[in-house]
Amino acid sequence: MASVTYDHVVKRYTADVTVVKDLNVDIKDKEFMVLVGPSGCGKSTALRMLAGLETITEGQIRIGDRVVNNVAAKDRDIAMVFQSYALYPHMSVFDNMAFPLQMQHMKKDEIQKRVKNASKILGLDPFLNRKPRALSGGQRQRVALGRAIVRSPKVFLLDEPLSNLDAKLRGQTRIELQKLHRELETTFIYVTHDQVEAMTMGDRIAIMNGGILQQVGTPGEVYDHPANLFVAGFIGTPTMNFVPVTTSDSTAKASGFEAKLPKSVPAGKGTLGFRPEALTDRTSPDGSTMTVKVDVVERLGSDQFLYGTTGGDTVTARVDPRMKVDPGDTVQLGLDTRSIHLFDAQTEAAFF
Amino acid sequence: MTVAAATPTTSAAARFSPAWILERISRWPLHIAVIGLTAAWMVPTIGLLVSSFRPFSGQATSGWWTAFQNPTTFTLSNYTDVLSQSTTNLGQAFFNSFMISIPATVLPVSIGAFAAYAFAWMKFPGRNGLFLALVGLLAVPLQLTFIPVLSFYVQHLHWTTDNLESYGIPGLPWVPLWLAHAGYGLPFAIYLLANFFRALPSDLFESAEIDGAGTLTVFFRIILPLSVPALASLVIFQFLWVWNDLLVALIYVGSTASVAPLTVNLAGLTTSLGQGSNLLTSAAFFSMIVPLIVFLSLQRYFVRGILAGSVKG
Repeated sequence: MASVTYDHVVKRYTADVTVVKDLNVDIKDKEFMVLVGPSGCGKSTALRMLAGLETITEGQIRIGDRVVNNVAAKDRDIAMVFQSYALYPHMSVFDNMAFPLQMQHMKKDEIQKRVKNASKILGLDPFLNRKPRALSGGQRQRVALGRAIVRSPKVFLLDEPLSNLDAKLRGQTRIELQKLHRELETTFIYVTHDQVEAMTMGDRIAIMNGGILQQVGTPGEVYDHPANLFVAGFIGTPTMNFVPVTTSDSTAKASGFEAKLPKSVPAGKGTLGFRPEALTDRTSPDGSTMTVKVDVVERLGSDQFLYGTTGGDTVTARVDPRMKVDPGDTVQLGLDTRSIHLFDAQTEAAFF
Repeated sequence: MTVAAATPTTSAAARFSPAWILERISRWPLHIAVIGLTAAWMVPTIGLLVSSFRPFSGQATSGWWTAFQNPTTFTLSNYTDVLSQSTTNLGQAFFNSFMISIPATVLPVSIGAFAAYAFAWMKFPGRNGLFLALVGLLAVPLQLTFIPVLSFYVQHLHWTTDNLESYGIPGLPWVPLWLAHAGYGLPFAIYLLANFFRALPSDLFESAEIDGAGTLTVFFRIILPLSVPALASLVIFQFLWVWNDLLVALIYVGSTASVAPLTVNLAGLTTSLGQGSNLLTSAAFFSMIVPLIVFLSLQRYFVRGILAGSVKG
């Protein structure tokens, strides 16, 4: 039960290979923080520095008020769940979970009590005497969680724990992890490349790219107010539409349409961003419309996505599933300008 | 029901398909090579076995393959002689061989395991250079070391068999030989184990580190249990090498009956004129029993897949 602070943290392997650049994040006590980003963005390295598996080149990492830069991994009072689970293959499920407690020289009956407790929470009671190889992927994953739980650590670190599970199990485990977080009332730091996991599980999300922190915020904040082009494109499926525009005062002119902007911006070039759900078959409040030539229609039952072009730009629209559209059709769609974004052409930072 | 009935039909159809036949034929060269090699290795052993049941007169005058024309000449006398004659001193030699082989196996395997762990998972300056030098040692013929090592033992430490026996401590006369075998065995032991340890998933060590396990705990509780297949094969190699060794034992402990191993004893059965070579055949088979037991009892540990279930789903 502790907060975690990354204070100007840098990880450099050689002079020109820097994988984490000036990372500053405050993770609150009992928070579920998700570090998300494409592979190679430095999120795992950030986690491993906190775990004590990588040295910190510059800056400070604090757990609570304690600077842990030079504290050994075992003395940081953290537990980590690995992507590969890293179960000890020659030990039974019970011994796997008891191992960290034995390392603390805990009394036998206390170990027994804690492991039993964790196995009850995770539904592992019937498997305590089995070896990991006799378990399914989901069960192994729970043993890995159990091994972390028994220690009642200050901070839980999870490094892509769901990526080896199949889609259905991943969905279930996502929910179980959130329940677990509520029950344990501990700080969780969760690394993933999957923005769906990040959006569904995180109290807050920290989005990283190329070793640089892009934005920290609640799922709603990063979805509705992305700080820059990268965040806007990374969060949300299907991805946000990006259309190059020329701006003057409060209008943005693209090759195929014109949109009114919610506030005036300096004249120049930019990128207009709007999510598929802002481009629909409903009339928009301010009457902005767009003519789209449909190339592909995707019917998902609850949704219908249209992929097409307007002028020289490709766009995706989310329309009523009952709307009858075929590839090749030209449709008139309404653009809800209340939820559009404009990004600077050079810096890629968001104006709004 | 229909599904169950359909299964044998399809497999029967596949059994004589062109692809199936082609696959069978393409395996023949491999089978022939394996069988041929096995036969080539087995023939001398079978010859020895047949000879060991022939009297000295037969062995001296004709080849072992002619023995089958006249099976009545087969005899057990070679075995009864070698076991009963007090001059052969087989019991003492057998005991000596064990006293030499067991420490000379345990020493290099245990030291090698520690060293291999360091080479595989600990960072220290010069690690790669040292490892390379070690691999280079594999190419050094051990005969090169006899004179320097022996003169060091004898001139500086005064470790002769007589001297060491005079202390009256059991086992002491074999110390030079144990150390020599350990030295000769270590490069290969470290090389084999370091490669095996390196292949263990690093997540396991990192996980253990976070769980609070120190270096030694990781070694004893994680690495050693997972390395049983590698350790077993190494134990077999080293034990067989030491058990069958004649030269090293002859150099470092000589042929004094109280300390000489079975191999030295067997070599002594034959005189320079070839007298007693009939005993050699049966004694050789006698000495083979132990390696066979060691191999058969440890071979089940060769199975890989002990890591199954540790990582990935």
